[in-house]
Amino acid sequence: MTDEQSTRNEARRRTYLAEVLVSLKPVVNDPQGLAIRDGLRSLGYDEVEAVRAGKYIRVTVDAESPEDARGRVTRMCDQLLSNPVTETYEIQLTPLADH
Amino acid sequence: MRYGVVVFPGSNGDHDALMSVERGLGLEVVPIWHKDTSVGDVDALLVPGGFSYGDYLRAGAIARFSPIMGAVSEFAEQGRPVLGICNGFQILTEAGLLPGALLRNANLAFSCKWVHTRVETDRTPFTRGIDPGTVLRLPIAHGEGRFFAEPVQLDALEANEQIVFRYTDEWGMESEGSNPNGSSRHIAGICNLRGNVVGLMPHPERAYDALIGGDEGLRVLGAVVGHFMPMAAV
Repeated sequence: MTDEQSTRNEARRRTYLAEVLVSLKPVVNDPQGLAIRDGLRSLGYDEVEAVRAGKYIRVTVDAESPEDARGRVTRMCDQLLSNPVTETYEIQLTPLADH
Repeated sequence: MRYGVVVFPGSNGDHDALMSVERGLGLEVVPIWHKDTSVGDVDALLVPGGFSYGDYLRAGAIARFSPIMGAVSEFAEQGRPVLGICNGFQILTEAGLLPGALLRNANLAFSCKWVHTRVETDRTPFTRGIDPGTVLRLPIAHGEGRFFAEPVQLDALEANEQIVFRYTDEWGMESEGSNPNGSSRHIAGICNLRGNVVGLMPHPERAYDALIGGDEGLRVLGAVVGHFMPMAAV
């Protein structure tokens, strides 16, 4: 890569906010969700049919493109943020300020 | 033979493990700090219980990045005996050394009590010489001990003789009341395909003397002696 190319690439880099939602797979029993559901029903919310609890993780990353950011965060999810045995995840990506 | 006990920040079963091996079995045992990168000169490894790294993110998820884990994996890959107890079991699943996962107990409670477990196989170094069907009385103390794997994976575990311990009643019968956390198929402990890496939720290291309520944990911790000195096991 020439210096010129490198400068152009640098210029495209920006910060992205990745909001990661981690949930237990549908086949996995979620006692925490059941406890919350029962609590809501005890408060009189009889309309509550089901509750499942998960995790919300915000990761801000510096990346070359939205695809790059999504790809990196996907790997982070597979390697650490979720346990592929029991959990699934969704990633919502938002571009933040330019560099 | 000499045991090594891996100590993480937040481990709390490490001293029980050291005491049980030293006093209960009369064997040599050394602590191994998580920042070390070598396990040193030991014959068997014990990954103890506790709350390594505060159970942040998921139980065992952060401990697997400790410098020592590379050496633990290498030791396991050489086919040498590794025993993960409680949080140690969780760490070994997160590190990919054992299949499945440990989830929050189904009964919305941290369970701390004595349970009965049935030994399902004698093919591991930690059940060597123990007849399958033998019932051991051991304590449990966990909030996330519900063993989970997909049905197809559970079938594979059964077919490959990887289920090492099951929760039962004192007569060795499975019943709903004897499953303390809702584990799939009453599983209390498993091993890897090769059989040298074993993980279980009950605490054999907290059952090493009748004075503290029971000593049947010594059979698990001591089985490995026969693995190295077959004559001594008889």
